[in-house]
Amino acid sequence: MAGKPKLHYPNGRGRTESIRWLLAAAGVEFEEEFIETKEDLLKLLNDGSLLFQQVPMVEIDGMKMVQTRAILSYIAAKYNLYGKDLKERAWIDIYVEGTTELMGMMMFLAFQAAGTKEKNIALMIERATTRYFPAYEKALKDHGHDYLVGNKLSWADIHLLEAILMVEEYKPDILSTFPLLQAFKGRTSNIPTIKKFLQPGSQRKPPSDEKFVATVTKIFNT
Amino acid sequence: MSGKPRLTYCNGRGRMEPVRWLLAAAGVEFEEIFLETREQYEKLIKDGVLMFQQVPLGEIDGMKMVQTRAILSYIAGKYNLYGKDLKERALIDMYVEGIIDLMQMILMFPFSPPEAKEKNLDSIKEKATNRYFPVFEKVLKQHGQDFLVGNKFSWADVQLIEAILAVEEKIPAVLSGFPQLQAFKIRMSNMPTIKKFLQPGSPRKPPPDERYVETVLKIFKK
Repeated sequence: MAGKPKLHYPNGRGRTESIRWLLAAAGVEFEEEFIETKEDLLKLLNDGSLLFQQVPMVEIDGMKMVQTRAILSYIAAKYNLYGKDLKERAWIDIYVEGTTELMGMMMFLAFQAAGTKEKNIALMIERATTRYFPAYEKALKDHGHDYLVGNKLSWADIHLLEAILMVEEYKPDILSTFPLLQAFKGRTSNIPTIKKFLQPGSQRKPPSDEKFVATVTKIFNT
Repeated sequence: MSGKPRLTYCNGRGRMEPVRWLLAAAGVEFEEIFLETREQYEKLIKDGVLMFQQVPLGEIDGMKMVQTRAILSYIAGKYNLYGKDLKERALIDMYVEGIIDLMQMILMFPFSPPEAKEKNLDSIKEKATNRYFPVFEKVLKQHGQDFLVGNKFSWADVQLIEAILAVEEKIPAVLSGFPQLQAFKIRMSNMPTIKKFLQPGSPRKPPPDERYVETVLKIFKK
């Protein structure tokens, strides 16, 4: 049965937010089944639905896919957001791995104790400013195109926008020394599917709060 | 310029070993530059060769590729080790991502403090035995074929044989409950390119020792 993709994850960003972004940007409607209790998770485990006993799990095209990167790669390729050939795919992969690292630094900040959290935020901002954003600023500068790879919207652009907005939640002026990324952000945010996703009422999830931390701890605590 | 891929990393397994495995399994000769001092590393950064200031670096087909997964995906795609279509690629990606999670534990092990080592070793054994190996044992049993995906040698098989051997180095009897994996291990080890890679004198690196750990800390510690 074709149907819409169905995402299984708690009701929050975590490891699934990038999947929501990519599907939304591709204009693909999807359903979500939120894991709210330990029992919800156990049901998935006992059904044998989770290949490595982990979420996210996405039901798509008859498959029960797990592993975030595998899911994202499949969606990117299916919806023509993965470049036109092997080399373009390589560049997209390189860029996405960078933004994955950057977003990985923020993913579980809400779960950390105050002192550790502040230290990690400072480190993330330092890395964003000196390691990651300069690389993307340079990429845009070198070719002067609107998009990172192949003069065409790809997974790399969507992932970068997600990362930019996420860092801005911690430091609103983070792009002050990156004029091309500012322009990129403006352009990409206005792509109709992305604009829609950025509006209230979409399936985009808010930053993790105490409630999300409590829910996740309850679900996954062994 | 030889045209062979050129890998830059420390003289040890680390994050580069899966790349060495995959190139070797594909029958592709490659060159290596070994980082031995912090100065060498800083020069690479200063020369603008490392997009995110990190190694591994794989110079291949005119690209200065960074990010291990991007490099591996490119090699798999180029040498027909990535399945015949999108769905096979999805399976290969899922399997590889699971194995990479297991390998990550082995990668970090030498850098854990002495008092944590026993706990970490138990964790590796538990995850290998209860989470990862059962999945691949079941896959092989269910289709009865020689290879994990599509009845054809792929990146997933290379990643799995690498992981099996790495875990066995720490836990020699780890495959005792997995007859399919035992047979798989023998089959893969006897494939001509892999057999050659497993022989002394190949680019395969030995397990990390104290000297390797010291070198890595010296070069990369901030």
